[in-house]
Amino acid sequence: MASVTYDHVVKRYTADLTVVKDFNVEIKDKEFMVLVGPSGCGKSTALRMLAGLESISEGQIRIGERVVNDVAAKDRDIAMVFQSYALYPHMSVYDNMAFPLQMQHMKKPDIDKRVKNASRILGLDNFLQRKPRALSGGQRQRVALGRAIVRNPKVFLLDEPLSNLDAKLRGQTRIELQKLHRDLETTFIYVTHDQVEAMTMGDRIAIMNAGILQQVGTPGDIYDHPANLFVAGFIGSPTMNFVPATAQNGSAKAAGFEVKLPKSLPAGKKGTLGFRPEAVTDRVTDEGNALQMKVDVVERLGSDQFLYGQVGGDSVTARVDPRMKVDPGDTVKLGLDTRSLHFFDSETELALL
Amino acid sequence: MDFSQLLADVPTLVAVIVGVPAVLAAYIVGGEYVVRLLPDKLRPSVRPWIWVGPALAFVGFFLVYPVFGTAYRSLFDLSGNSFVGLSNYVTQLSGFPSGGSWIAIRNNVFWLVFFTVLVLAFGLLFAVLTDRVSYESPIKSLIFMPMAISFVAIALIWKFMYSYQPPGEPQTGTVNALLGIFHQDPRLWVQDPNVANQALIVAAVWGFVGFAMVILSAALKGIPGDLLEAARVDGAGELTIFRRVIFPLMMPTIVVVGTTLVIFALKAFDVVYVMTNGNYDTDVLANRMYKLLTASQDFGDASAVAIILVAAVIPVLIFNLRQFRAVEARR
Repeated sequence: MASVTYDHVVKRYTADLTVVKDFNVEIKDKEFMVLVGPSGCGKSTALRMLAGLESISEGQIRIGERVVNDVAAKDRDIAMVFQSYALYPHMSVYDNMAFPLQMQHMKKPDIDKRVKNASRILGLDNFLQRKPRALSGGQRQRVALGRAIVRNPKVFLLDEPLSNLDAKLRGQTRIELQKLHRDLETTFIYVTHDQVEAMTMGDRIAIMNAGILQQVGTPGDIYDHPANLFVAGFIGSPTMNFVPATAQNGSAKAAGFEVKLPKSLPAGKKGTLGFRPEAVTDRVTDEGNALQMKVDVVERLGSDQFLYGQVGGDSVTARVDPRMKVDPGDTVKLGLDTRSLHFFDSETELALL
Repeated sequence: MDFSQLLADVPTLVAVIVGVPAVLAAYIVGGEYVVRLLPDKLRPSVRPWIWVGPALAFVGFFLVYPVFGTAYRSLFDLSGNSFVGLSNYVTQLSGFPSGGSWIAIRNNVFWLVFFTVLVLAFGLLFAVLTDRVSYESPIKSLIFMPMAISFVAIALIWKFMYSYQPPGEPQTGTVNALLGIFHQDPRLWVQDPNVANQALIVAAVWGFVGFAMVILSAALKGIPGDLLEAARVDGAGELTIFRRVIFPLMMPTIVVVGTTLVIFALKAFDVVYVMTNGNYDTDVLANRMYKLLTASQDFGDASAVAIILVAAVIPVLIFNLRQFRAVEARR
């Protein structure tokens, strides 16, 4: 149990190849922190530097108060679950889980107690004598978790642990991981490219892109107040609508409509107006914020209905009442909820609103 | 150079270039034609035999028949005329520990143990040591190089390496020259029965270690990197990782390479033949068989030695094949 601090951390492979740039995050004790971003954004490298599998080019990483830059991986007291699970193929499930404890020279009865305990939590009791190759993907994943749990580590690292599971199992394991985090009361750092995993599991989320940390915050915070265009587009499904617009006194003018802004921006400011699909509904509360949409595609999900279409030449997605009757080709009048409007500066891409 | 003989053979060459494919094509077309004539049900069971038939005929004629022929001959006297039963075997296996074939058998066991262990140990050492260095390829090429040299040449090279001049004379042999640097008297390496076997085995190890290194190195590289990373995070040091993760995962390959080396050790011939011709207590079964056959013209005894050798190799061969299949099945 410990906090983790990334202090101006840089990872550079060659002079022109820097994969993590000035990374600063403080992860609190017992927190579930998710590092999320598109592939190649540096999130795995950031995790591997903490694990001691990659050297740190600049800056400091601290576990608790201890600077670990020059501490070997084996002495950092962290456990890691790999995407491929990395189970030792020649060892039984029991030995796989006992291995880290044997490395600590723990006594046999103590090892036995811990392995039995972990296998009970994970439902692996009946598989202890099997080799990994005789297990299903989900069971292997549990063994990998078990190998981490038995150690009672200071920090628990998970590198895309669910990406090799099928969709149904992934959903189940997501819930189990959250339970596990609650029961173990340990710091979890979880790397994923899947924003759904990030939103559902993280106490806080750190979003990275191109080696640069974009924003850190709670899922709700990041969803409602994205710091920039990248974060706004990365989090949320279907993605946020982006429409080029110009600020005028108290409102924003796009090609096909004009909306009042909750906060006034300097007149003539060019940028991107952002609003989530659920902000565009079939309830028109204010004629001033209405827009006419020519519908191209209708997606009925039962609980929701998404309309994909054009507003003044810009692509817009709307989430409307599933009972609303719409067909492709129709033109419908929709209302825009101005409370969840975002405006991004065209040059800096930062959120001004 | 005289090309006239070559030119005279041109018709033969043409006949071979044209004739061999023609015969093959005729065989395939003809075989397929015969298969077509058969009822539908029989075709799947007959067709494989048509294809595998030529290979079987070759193996049968050049391998199976000679083995049985040799076994048959081993029951006759040196001229091959009168049946003597098992008396050739009795001759070869009597007089323990120094009569008959016993010196050769002892030396083969010696080869089997030391050659195999040394090649494996050095092969593994080089594979592991070169695995993570930037100059891996040139180093490995260098160590593998002797594999490209014929064993007769290797034996000659080492004959020079071991060559002896009386003390006080300039030493042309590398090994004795090195001894001279440390003010030691030169030694007879190849002619001293106390060390001759070891000296021969060292030469063969030098020639073969590249083979073991290349195969073991491939096995080492086949171990996924994240397994080693997982072990590191789990708290294992590099030596522990080697002992608990790398070595067990390489074990099937080590066994396959090891049994291949055992077979080679049992068949050891060229190094012995060139360096000592079996003198100075260095004889091995293969060389003894050759000497009985050529120098003594003793077909019966030579055949008996050959059969003893075959009998020793077969169990290893079967084990090797099984192990190889087990490794393949695990992939």
